[in-house]
Amino acid sequence: MEIGQILSSKKLIVETLEQIKARVEAAVSGAKIEIVQNPGPANQPSLLIDNEHAAAVASFLRDDPKLRLDFCSNATGVDWLDRTVKKTVKVKTIVEGVEKEVDQSTEEKIPGYLEAVYHLYSITHKHGPVIVRTRTADRADGTRLPSLTPVWRSAEFQEREIFDLYGIRFDGHPDLRRILMWDEFVDHPMRKDYREPDDYEYEPTPHDDVLERAKRHYAPRPQLDGAENIVAGGDALNR
Amino acid sequence: MTSRIEGELLEVSMGPQHPSTHGVFRMNVALEGEIVRKLKPVFGYLHRNHEKIGENASYLGSMPYTDRLDYFCSMTNNWAYALSVEKLAGIEVPERAEYLRIILAELTRLQNHASLLGFLLNDMGAWGTPLMYAFREREKILDLFESLSGSRMMCDYMRFGGCRVDASPEWLARAKKIVDLFPRFIDELEQLVVGNEVVIGRTQNVGKLSPELAINAGITGPMLRACGVNYDIRKVDRYGFYPRFKLRVPLGEHGDTYDRLMMRVLEMRESIGILKQALEQIPPGPVMNPKVKIRAFRPPMGEAYGRIEGPKGELGFYLISDGGPNPYRYRVRPPSFINLTVLEDLCLGHTVADVMVILGSIDIVMGEVDR
Repeated sequence: MEIGQILSSKKLIVETLEQIKARVEAAVSGAKIEIVQNPGPANQPSLLIDNEHAAAVASFLRDDPKLRLDFCSNATGVDWLDRTVKKTVKVKTIVEGVEKEVDQSTEEKIPGYLEAVYHLYSITHKHGPVIVRTRTADRADGTRLPSLTPVWRSAEFQEREIFDLYGIRFDGHPDLRRILMWDEFVDHPMRKDYREPDDYEYEPTPHDDVLERAKRHYAPRPQLDGAENIVAGGDALNR
Repeated sequence: MTSRIEGELLEVSMGPQHPSTHGVFRMNVALEGEIVRKLKPVFGYLHRNHEKIGENASYLGSMPYTDRLDYFCSMTNNWAYALSVEKLAGIEVPERAEYLRIILAELTRLQNHASLLGFLLNDMGAWGTPLMYAFREREKILDLFESLSGSRMMCDYMRFGGCRVDASPEWLARAKKIVDLFPRFIDELEQLVVGNEVVIGRTQNVGKLSPELAINAGITGPMLRACGVNYDIRKVDRYGFYPRFKLRVPLGEHGDTYDRLMMRVLEMRESIGILKQALEQIPPGPVMNPKVKIRAFRPPMGEAYGRIEGPKGELGFYLISDGGPNPYRYRVRPPSFINLTVLEDLCLGHTVADVMVILGSIDIVMGEVDR
């Protein structure tokens, strides 16, 4: 689990994520860091940092002379829905007077959350990536995270994009607006439970007003000989 | 074009339909006389939520769609995506396929840089002629792409674990001929550009970028190296077979528009060096890893971030797999989008006419910026 996974790379620093975690926790008092394992062959585990100390931890990662992660390459959001994890635990129970080991399955409900993921590299030392994530409390009201734009400016547009597409509000971002969708758009389309509205293209237009006015324009006039009223355009409008 | 006057600043909306915004891109500019005092880029005119479409398509299904990101460089887009999936699933690539990938990526770099220089001179007022010179050369490379992949621009050539079809010896001979003749064009273009008084006047000391800001703002590619920062992912990550080739990384000194322009010329020369080595050394063999299941492809659970040095900068793909047939998260790290972060810093204090030149030297393609 060393960072700098590229096998042929000569310049990789020999520091495991555990060592980084220990050093960060020593330097930033109160910071809680968790290592998120990555089971795939890519072998890119990441550090989950708590929201309260995220900015301080990020500054440490950037300025520490050994790490110097001065380049935040990629910042992106991930939406995790509510999920249940089944765990089987072997429990010793007495069945018919004999002690036996029985599989007992428990279901654990994990409430959904949104994540911001940052891929950090060092241009000074040419190593990386160190992957850092922050998590929101839930997917509804508590979608606030500290912005890392003051530390790495490359996150400026990318955090705006996360806000736009995932709806995470970044505290401390200098200019948090929608970036890809238009300003009047209400939802966040990259969320997993996003549904496209049926009247996607609907915009209130003054058509009805215009038609009403047109009807008044062709108001029926009294005919002297009692003949049927002929209304210009009336049929077309009333059809 | 103009909207309202606020104090002594005039707010102008430049774009989205403007010949030198290279697509549908808008800048809200506040001007004092002719000097730019504020500039806010406006995105999204070409937004189609590429990432959401990628999450709903199978892994293979996204491959042709990556061509449409940066439609000048479909080969490198393919490679970046294939590389990320290969990392995600732990796939090996045969030797010949790696060579072919390098050849195609460097050809892509050649035609991208050549056309960028043409467009940039277009923005400076040299209407048409330099661009036509560049497009004449680009056309030769696109012909090569067409005879190999069947398409000039939307190549859809790479697969996880190799390439779709093999290149014939005739194709390699043709490529070699084109590569051998290419330096003549570079010499010609360089003569046209380097000492030209108008070009020097319009670009030197315009849009200067400091290395500190460039690193902090995540600038990559030729734009970063123009500031004198030695960071080329081909050297740093040593992906593919790049360590096998002799490659020098050209660096700029001032970080101004002229350096960015020259960086493209110098990189084209390095690409030619790589191409000559690769075309000579390419070994025979299969171009596809036979163990890879192309259909019903399901990588194991996990996540991976893979990146390559695209012609415009670092092109990365971040993929999360939940074990299913399509990615749980599919993210494109677009170089030209992130390179625009410093557009305002570069343009402040310059004239409106310089904005066009600075924007041109950043090298953006809206298909990738808006995704």
